[in-house]
Parts: sequence; C-alpha cells; structure tokens
Amino acid sequence: MRIPEFVQAVKRGEIDIVEHTHKVLDICAHVNSEYHYFTAITQEALQRAKELSRRKEKRGVLWGVPVSAKDAISVMGVETTGGSRILKGYMPLFDATAVEKLRDEGAIIIGKTSQDEFGFGSFGINVGKGYEISLNPFDKRRVCGGSSAGSAGITQKLDTHASLGESTGGSIVNPASFCGVVGLTPTYGRVSRHGLLDYGTSFDKIGPMAKSVEDAAYVLSSISGHDKADATSANIKKEAFHSFVKKDIRGMKMGVIKGSLENADTLVQKGCQEGIRKLEEQGCEIRTIELPITMKYGVSCYYLLATAEASTNLARYCGMRYGTHEELKGDFNSYFSDVRSGHFGKEAKRRIMLGTFARMAGFRDAYYLKAAKIRTLIVNEYKKAFKRVDALVSPTVPKLPLTFDEVKRLSVLENYMFDVLTVGPNVAGIPHMSVPVSMQKGLPVGLMLMTDHFEEGKLVQIGSKAEMQKQ
Amino acid sequence: MEITKQTIQRVAEVSRLKLSESELKEFVAEFKEILDVFSKIDEVNTNDVEPSFQPVGLKNVLREDEAEKCLTQERALSQTRHKQDGYFKGPRVI
Repeated sequence: MRIPEFVQAVKRGEIDIVEHTHKVLDICAHVNSEYHYFTAITQEALQRAKELSRRKEKRGVLWGVPVSAKDAISVMGVETTGGSRILKGYMPLFDATAVEKLRDEGAIIIGKTSQDEFGFGSFGINVGKGYEISLNPFDKRRVCGGSSAGSAGITQKLDTHASLGESTGGSIVNPASFCGVVGLTPTYGRVSRHGLLDYGTSFDKIGPMAKSVEDAAYVLSSISGHDKADATSANIKKEAFHSFVKKDIRGMKMGVIKGSLENADTLVQKGCQEGIRKLEEQGCEIRTIELPITMKYGVSCYYLLATAEASTNLARYCGMRYGTHEELKGDFNSYFSDVRSGHFGKEAKRRIMLGTFARMAGFRDAYYLKAAKIRTLIVNEYKKAFKRVDALVSPTVPKLPLTFDEVKRLSVLENYMFDVLTVGPNVAGIPHMSVPVSMQKGLPVGLMLMTDHFEEGKLVQIGSKAEMQKQ
Repeated sequence: MEITKQTIQRVAEVSRLKLSESELKEFVAEFKEILDVFSKIDEVNTNDVEPSFQPVGLKNVLREDEAEKCLTQERALSQTRHKQDGYFKGPRVI
C-alpha cells in the first residue's frame, strides 16, 4: 500500500498502527537475518506507535508510516556509526533535522540501515569492520548497490515504507536502481544536513528512497526546508512536491545524455528505452544533449574533491570524544594513529589518503584546486543544457545489478569509474531521481532524470510518468 | 608524477594512519593507477575559471552573534570515558 492510501486508512481507523508496527518489526527482524539491511532495529518504535495511537488529532502526512534512516543520519539514542567501527557505541544526543521533521509528520522510525562505511562505495560491500553486507532483494548473489544499500533493500522488501538515504556521488540513485525502488536526491541545500555524519560537506544530500515517485515526493515535502542549524541549507519556500504527480508533461523537452545509453549494457539500454518511450507517448520531445566535460572528467573531479573533504571531515574520529575508545597511551599522534588504523576499514583509509594527497602542499594546485575549477565548468555545462531542455535523462547505472564475484574482479579504479553517470549531478548539486522503469531477466532497471537546481517538483512530475506500473 | 613508497608513507603520516608493509605496497600501486587517470584533468583549459567550493552559488552565510542554548558540559561528555574534572582527557602532548 502506498503512503497516502496507508495514512488515509490509519486515519479512518482501518489500520491499527500499534499492531502494524509490531508486524513490521517482526518482518524486519526476519528479513534482516537473511539480507542484512539494518545496523539497528529500534524497539522504541512500538512505544512511539502506542503514543501516536493515543493522540486525538492525527495531522501528519506520514502518520503511522514505518520509516528507516541510513546509519549516517543521527537518530537520538539509537547507535549511529555511519557503518564504521570507529563510531561503535556512539548514541547521538539529538535527532538529525530530517529525522525530526519525519517525526513531526507522524512517521515511526524503525531502524538504521546498512551502508558502505561513511558512504565510501558504490556496491554496499565496503562495510566497516564487523558489519554485514546487504544482499540484493531480487537475487542474493548480487549486490544492493551503494552506498545507501540497506535503505534500498528494505524499501523493496516492505509493503509500506520509505527510507532516508544520503548521496555524495550517487549513493541514493545507484542502490535505488539496483533494488528497483525510487531514489530522489534533492538539490544541494534543499534538505538540512544537520545531524548527518559528513562525507563531503559540499556534496552531501539527504533524500528519500521509496516505493513510488509519489511516496518519495511526500517524504521530500516533509523533510525539506531552511534550517538555521545548517548554514548551507537553502532559504527558499517549501513546496508540496507530491502535488506535481498530477501535472501532465505534454510539450516538455527531455535530453538524453550522449554516450550514456550507447555505453550501457544491452539490457539496461532496452529497459531505459521503455521508460523514454513512455515519456514520448505522453507528449515529450526527446533530444540528445552532449555534456563532454562532465562525462570525461566528472569521475576525477568528484573523487579528488569529495575525498579531500572526507579527509578533513574524518579527522575528528580519533577515539577520544565519542565512539570507539582505547586505553590512552603514547603521545597524541601515536594514540590517534593507532585508533584510526585499527578501526577504519580499507576503503576509508584509501579515501582519507587520496584526499589528503590531493590537498597536500605541492599537489594542491594540480589536483584539488584544478578539480574545483572543473566543478565550475561542470555546473555551467548543466546550466547550459537546462536552457535547451526541461530535464536530462540517462540510465542510472550502466549495468544490471552486479554479482559479488563480478564486483570482486573490479580494480579500485574500475570501481570508481562505475560512478560515471551519477557523479555529474552530484558535482553540480542538481536534483536527480532514479525511477524503476523495467525488469530485465528478473532484475530491475533504473532510469535517471535530472532537472535544474531547486526543480524537484518538475522531477516528480516527469518521474511519475516514467515509472513502471505496480503489479 | 612519480608515486613512490616515500610519498605514500608521507601521506599516511599526515593522515594519522599507520600502514602495514603490505598495505603500503598496495596503495603505491593503486595510487599510481588512479592518479594516472585523474591527472588527465590537466588537459582542461581552466584559464579565467573560478573554482567552485559548493555547487549552488551560496554567498557568505552570516548570523547575529547571539548566545544560544547548546549542549551542557555533562551531556557533551556523556559519550566518552576519557574525561576528568569536566573536560575531555586526551593523550599526552609533550
């Protein structure tokens, strides 16, 4: 059941949310033992359901809806580690603003979801030491995508659910595509980052993962808005994004990114063509748009900048104020280095090193600063494209969900290159959404739509016309 | 540019990471491969292009300099066992 129907049924008294929450927690425990989507399932959810059901006034648009949040998003009193052992035991003293806003609408937080450590991965396999890897809901031999792996997997498995994911370079749309759900990454600044464990401060966005475009839109409407606790949050009017579902798309112009379809696997091409055809049937004009700098240098630009930011953001994890502790011995350099070397996973170390390198004296101008200039060119390239078309279109990921064996065979560089289609919109901070448009050989195919800054409404308007009909 | 074992060792020190001999060897090879490709950004003409440190054209974000409520000392210290007399207790500095 989709969110608006569910909430209506709850408000009419047809669904008892205490009973429903109980049932959902049982299903989650069962699914989790097999698929590993949660880092924590919150038993407080039942208390919350009881408390909500006692209230006379039932006003929120998410009343009684079970929701989850990626582990990097703070939930007060629930262990929050960003999937890393270095934060083991950390219990936030406050809710992230996005979580607080979900609660204001009557949502019930049922758990924290699995992810690549601090968001460092495209397949959900770079989990921190001691964490389990999420398995694809369609085929357990395949990955969920990443880094918001658990959020995507559990959203596919539950009947009524939405999850908060987080994207730095594609971590919402990529797993959404692999798990057959909708993933919506808003414009940078649309949703407050307060309470999010930082990866790349100028890239990070919290956004919904949901079972339909309309559900995602309801969640986005709930969590967006200016927040004085996040200086980079946008001070612009709130919108009811779900109202855009009903608007038609006749006469809109879509630009398919040159090279994105041609270089994708045949089955991904076929699936995406089904989605594009639907847009055409509803009166859209389809064109081809070239983004030469984005397509050629986007991955390099992204990894240099995002790891540079990550290397400074992760400097705070040193075993002193929160998270993992060791016995204080040796001088501070030696203590901090020992804690960090012992508890960060391999990819975290790699990205800290790469980012440190990119901004070190002697290399900074050639790597970090050069990449920041290319970022300007990439933003301009998108801005120019949006003068010609309403939205851009490409596959979300060039391949069907990979098997664990296939991922294992990729080199580190090939791993990074896999993000070729998702890094562009993240570097430019433009809203983008993966919509499941087709099933090929029993596996989902996601089509990615992108619009100009702060045009999430248009994204919802178009995405709702492309999405696959639900059985 | 040449990535040597010394370069990686230096980066690790600045990053406050201790690498094992095998990690060091692995990172040297990987960094060579990665930076070989990433260095191609040098081909792009960026004369007269300003760098972007965020994507949406934010200008200076300021607020009034007013005292506001924040975490109490006790709560701020509640997540650590390294504390003494109301302060964080760190490792030896000198």
